[in-house]
Amino acid sequence: MAKPMEKISWQELEIGAAVSEVGNAMEYKTGSWRSLKPVVNASQCIRCGVCWIFCPDTSIVRAADGHFEADLEYCKGCGICAHECPVGCITMVSEEEV
Amino acid sequence: MAKERKGIEVSLAISEAVCQADVDVVSAYPITPQTHIVEHLSELVADGHLDAEFVPVESEHSAMSVCVGSSAVGARSFTSTSSQGLALMAEIFFITSSLRLPVVMALANRSLSGPLSIWNDHTDTMMVRDAGWIHVFVDNGQEAYDHIFWAFRVAEDKGVRLPVAVNLDGFIMTHMIEPIDFEDTELIKKYLPPHRMEGALHPDNPLSMGCFAMPEMYTETQAARDHALLNSYPVCLKAWDEWAALTGRKYLPIETYRTEDAEYCIVTMGSFGETAMNAIDELRAEGEKVGGIRIRLWRPFPFDDFFRAAAGKKYLIVLDRAISFGGPGGPVALEVRNALYKKTKAPTVVDYVAGLAGRDVAVNDFKKIILEGKAKAEKGKTKGYTLYGLRSS
Ligand code: SF4
Ligand code: SF4
Repeated sequence: MAKPMEKISWQELEIGAAVSEVGNAMEYKTGSWRSLKPVVNASQCIRCGVCWIFCPDTSIVRAADGHFEADLEYCKGCGICAHECPVGCITMVSEEEV
Repeated sequence: MAKERKGIEVSLAISEAVCQADVDVVSAYPITPQTHIVEHLSELVADGHLDAEFVPVESEHSAMSVCVGSSAVGARSFTSTSSQGLALMAEIFFITSSLRLPVVMALANRSLSGPLSIWNDHTDTMMVRDAGWIHVFVDNGQEAYDHIFWAFRVAEDKGVRLPVAVNLDGFIMTHMIEPIDFEDTELIKKYLPPHRMEGALHPDNPLSMGCFAMPEMYTETQAARDHALLNSYPVCLKAWDEWAALTGRKYLPIETYRTEDAEYCIVTMGSFGETAMNAIDELRAEGEKVGGIRIRLWRPFPFDDFFRAAAGKKYLIVLDRAISFGGPGGPVALEVRNALYKKTKAPTVVDYVAGLAGRDVAVNDFKKIILEGKAKAEKGKTKGYTLYGLRSS
């Protein structure tokens, strides 16, 4: 996004407040809404990508060693990935505990 | 269609206009007294006179939703509704203007429940007064026909891009058979070029419409919306001027009748205007210096035009067709008082509400309202409003 939200004037908006800059949701870090976070046991992960498919926030990214983990800048902590993981290697952990 | 004068039901004339405007999508649900408009449109599409998608939806909420979708991809889209149907589509009605989509609607004005009534007043349109649409009121069949083209012309103007509601009194106009001058389709093409919308949804040019706005953004989006509506005013005038140049029929945001030397005026909106003219003629013959002011453009409200029309008059008797419950009176009188506020030598405003849910208001009633209103103004009895014809006061 060209400008932070709080600096945009009404004259600068697209007609109908349309968003023409595709992918600008990247600018908005929404991970702070979370109370639980997914923690992946990398040694158990079979790299099937099921968590990646199911994450409603496209927050799952591939780690350097090829297993999947959550990008905590965007993950809302819904727990869907943990629920769907076929080997059960994702645990939802309270933010306060870790 | 070639240029000719025809005796035709006003609803059918509106459908013919929509056909001549060569719309791409008609989506609607039949509701009294709008039914004949969409019924005839479905025939025009089925018989191959109009090459459009006719979407017979299951409710008005869907009717407007389809128009939002079709308009968003740049299709010229039309719908029509009334009363409860408008209430049902209200959610999407607001979204249409927030997305700045040039949908055109014929709004056959009717009372809202309850009690259930199918007859005319302005309660339904007042419900969506603040929804960000352009609202125009027509007085007869010819005006209804003409304003379909005008509405698309204004709605699709690059600098406007807003939905337009053409308000017409249910039954009183929709079900009347009137002589109407139909224009040649070639002339319509000249007036209303094919619709090309910049920023329409297209896979080659991805964008998102109707996004979520944080508190940091919402205020700005509403300011942009309000400016768009206010700025549509000169385009409305230009579109009327060009229509006049092509057809000889001239419209103005505020129209006046015998006001030059009038001491006081009756202010109306919608089909009341025509009957008021007869009452004015009769009262003039009796020596009353009365004139008529008709509000044609309701949103954006033409404050300056209204003030010019009202300047120098002693009293204005405003005839409303809806009640703003628990408020200062009728919605039109409210607007008029606001237009005159803090002006020097502003006329005194007397507010009458009449003709609710189809109760007849004939020439004699107008004469009574005008004379009674004048007497009230002279005595300074201008507080609140008077419900004309109420059996006990
Ligand atoms: S917890 Fe929900 S949002 Fe976070 S990575 Fe898993 S599926 Fe995505
Ligand atoms: S679903 Fe489980 S096993 Fe499959 S990639 Fe995700 S974390 Fe690994």
